[in-house]
Amino acid sequence: MSETGDIRTLMALGTPDQDHLARLRAGLAARAEAEGILEISYTTIETPVGRLLLAATARGLVRVAYEREGFDAVLEALAARIGPRILRAPQRLVPAIGELEQYFAGSRRAFDLPLDFALSTGFRRHVQAHLPDVAFGHTATYGAIARLVGSPRAYRAVGSACATNPLPVVVPCHRVLRGDGSLGGYVGGVEAKAALLALERAAP
Amino acid sequence: MMSANQPFDRIVETHGATVLRVVRAVLGPHADADDAWSETFLAALGAWPDLPEDANVEAWLVTIAHRKAIDVVRRRGRHALPVAEVPEPRSAVGPADDGHELWAAVARLPDKQRRSIAYHYLGGLTYAEVATILGGSADAARRAAADGMKKLRSHFRAGEVR
Repeated sequence: MSETGDIRTLMALGTPDQDHLARLRAGLAARAEAEGILEISYTTIETPVGRLLLAATARGLVRVAYEREGFDAVLEALAARIGPRILRAPQRLVPAIGELEQYFAGSRRAFDLPLDFALSTGFRRHVQAHLPDVAFGHTATYGAIARLVGSPRAYRAVGSACATNPLPVVVPCHRVLRGDGSLGGYVGGVEAKAALLALERAAP
Repeated sequence: MMSANQPFDRIVETHGATVLRVVRAVLGPHADADDAWSETFLAALGAWPDLPEDANVEAWLVTIAHRKAIDVVRRRGRHALPVAEVPEPRSAVGPADDGHELWAAVARLPDKQRRSIAYHYLGGLTYAEVATILGGSADAARRAAADGMKKLRSHFRAGEVR
């Protein structure tokens, strides 16, 4: 046998199976979280509006992302904006997963989760913090939100605050519509926006 | 902390198997290797934001793994790996017996030969990098790896003939 073959045999000998590596990675995430050196934990969940990525800092939920945003790009942006100590670690996200499951099942009308608005600043952050004022099953126009936050002429800025919402679904930018009653844009796509509004209308 | 480095999860994804192969070769394919793997990535996670963007990540990880493997051995109060404890191999290499024999042969190698093979052939370090870790010259590391591979060769062959 050639030396290349010998080396290949040696590599194959120590190659772990996928389950073994997955267990090691889960253990690593748990320890990193327990020792407080993880900046961001993330996981992904299946929902009626597609797969969502959920990410949390020690302060709270920091990002909800739709698959169309590109999960790799979302994680890279989190690394650049907040920090690169990021692992898939579902433990910190258990409360958010639970509340989202209840929401999609129609049994939860408001989220009660610590939120981290680290990805937003200034007026956008101010607007996003007020979006939960639009109650489950209701909608508001960009202009109405502008009036609500005390800047009645800033409806365009309200539009960009909604478009850059780092926490869609949980912070309900899907309830904000254009002045003419049309849906307007949505980070998860117009179909997802319509689906969320339909889900809320249908809930008991 | 701001850093241009990519999400650490991707580093574990890319290099997780390589680091485990390295520590398994050094410590044997059991819990000690798993411990060294975990300690390696935990330390790497802590230092990750400060690693220069253009650093050789794999070489950096193998260097950490080297130190963690020594720590694990020291903590357990052992100096050689216990051949008798080598478990049923879960590898793709032929019948189970051959894997077991090869592990035992790796375990019997002198420490420097075993580490030179692990760091160079499995960890991708250059002989100069191996020498930085183990001491001595790059040539000495190359000879140690070659001598070790020569000793293992008969076991590779045995596996092939069967």
